[in-house]
Amino acid sequence: MLQLIADGVVIGSIIALGAIGVTLVYSILRFANFGHGELLTWGAYLAWTALLGIVAVTGPMQPLGPLSFGWPLMASLLAAAGGTVVLALLLDRLVFRRLRRRGNAIGLIMASFGVALVLRNLLQFIFGAVPEFYSREIQVAIRLVPRDVLGGLRVTADQLFVLGLTAVSVVALHLFLTRTTLGKAMRATSVNPQLARVTGIDVDKVIRATWIVGAVLAAVAGVFSGLTAQLRPQLGLDLLLPLFAAAILGGIGSVYGAVAGGLIVGLAESFSVPLVGAEYRAATAFVVLIAILLVRPTGLFGEKA
Amino acid sequence: MPDLVGLLSYGTFFLVFAAVFAIIVLGLNLQWGFTGLFNVGVAGFVAIGAYTSAILTAPDYPNQVGGFGLPIIVGWIGAMLASGLAALVVGIAALRLRHDYLAITTFGIAVTIQLVALNAKTLTGGPFGLQFIPKPLVGLVNGNLAWNAVYLAIVALILGLAYLAIERLVRSPWGRVLRAIREDETAAASLGKKAFRFRLEAFVIGCMLMGLGGALYAHFVGYIAPEDFLPILTFQLWTMLIVGGSGNNRGAIIGAFVVWALWTLSGGVLREIIPSEYQARAATLQIVLIGSLLVGILLVRPRGLLGEDAVVSRHARASAGES
Repeated sequence: MLQLIADGVVIGSIIALGAIGVTLVYSILRFANFGHGELLTWGAYLAWTALLGIVAVTGPMQPLGPLSFGWPLMASLLAAAGGTVVLALLLDRLVFRRLRRRGNAIGLIMASFGVALVLRNLLQFIFGAVPEFYSREIQVAIRLVPRDVLGGLRVTADQLFVLGLTAVSVVALHLFLTRTTLGKAMRATSVNPQLARVTGIDVDKVIRATWIVGAVLAAVAGVFSGLTAQLRPQLGLDLLLPLFAAAILGGIGSVYGAVAGGLIVGLAESFSVPLVGAEYRAATAFVVLIAILLVRPTGLFGEKA
Repeated sequence: MPDLVGLLSYGTFFLVFAAVFAIIVLGLNLQWGFTGLFNVGVAGFVAIGAYTSAILTAPDYPNQVGGFGLPIIVGWIGAMLASGLAALVVGIAALRLRHDYLAITTFGIAVTIQLVALNAKTLTGGPFGLQFIPKPLVGLVNGNLAWNAVYLAIVALILGLAYLAIERLVRSPWGRVLRAIREDETAAASLGKKAFRFRLEAFVIGCMLMGLGGALYAHFVGYIAPEDFLPILTFQLWTMLIVGGSGNNRGAIIGAFVVWALWTLSGGVLREIIPSEYQARAATLQIVLIGSLLVGILLVRPRGLLGEDAVVSRHARASAGES
């Protein structure tokens, strides 16, 4: 029981980070970006590449305390975040901006679908389809709760690290959106783009900021997914449905909704395992999605349909 | 002359596939081209049709549901009904909302169908798929080539019927309402047209054609597996529609043949020029190529090869000619 909750929260925090990007792009750029999952994959693989580079110079990675990785992975995470931002801005410049100017809403979704396939297959072409790992260190799970209390609870240091850094990211994003001018401009654009433009908000700047925030969080989520499971070219594709489900569940445009939605979808996936078996856990997100669309399509925290 | 036989059998093979794709793209055109419904889970609906027909008609496998051994035509009708039913569930959940929701929900059903196909071993055979799917009329013709030609005739006949039926539908008052809703839902609603009902009908009919296409595919190849229905299939079908020209049924059919020819040719070229140890990676390049074609067409020529006719009603055309 406790174990299921803990596993669900770890997956949920990865989904939440990705879903924030989906919900921001959806509410500010007004389209469902099917390419967002690939930003996670590219973030994860860019970090892996950077890690190989660093390790080649400094020698093998020394694990930090109980973690399975050391500071080189942290540096790689930063590099990957930067690389993913460049990728997202490049895609916007090459594809999305042109279609946006034409005012073609569905053209954007369709193009994002094409972009996703191109990115995924390009990545598979470069890196191959064999699963990779950041670290081959074996981690001993720490027992937090003995087995006779609600089934007990064991977590790895990596999982705690993922939870901690997710919390830090969400708090940082909260401060950015509520305390800075650019953050406030983003929220304004998300609520009413015409009004935002009239009040003199630089919408192009807001759009760049949206891609940057989305890409950084996607890279972090991708690295976390690679850290807690493994790196595969389908990493982002498999997470895409949970990301959408979380964003809709939370209410499109709501950052806190995306976090709550991510955690709920993560928990639902985790609890579905003893019920229907691990092989169907990915379908849980679909069931959650259909349920929310039928019951409350505006989501938990959404105002508009 | 073995070369001629090889070429002929390759040709019929190519044409059967292209015609099956054309039937599916006609369904997609009804949804997207005429109604503006964005279906990202085409492969899922094709898979439902393929598996339904295979399960209904196939002989008894060990450890598996099925062995109904029903006539193939029952399988095909069953395929259409099953895909239509799935479309009904998705449509009721998503069609009342903004178009993005349909995209996300159809993507979801494709992922879920893929999971079921991979894991529900007693129903779908799991990763190994279903084999020995019966081929229609196979007892009546001698040889593979002759049978391929017979099957091509069947598929071409169905494609022709589907084309005529869809043309008739979209030119009927019902079809004009679809386009009115696509262009301006509020205006259509003010004339008393319930957008949700029309959308749902168009969505279900389109998905039934997709299911039929899946069934036709299954009974031609005789073997289906989950990997036949990956998102890349959806993507190929979309490229066919966009290249051919959405909103135009002839365009949809032409697009299916053109893109399938490009796909087959680029695959052949890549196989020729890339050393065999890199073949698996080369296959991904082919997808990158076609993906770039789609994005490029969207940017450069969004109308496709054949655009949409401005006037569809023959009455309106006649009066336009008179004035």
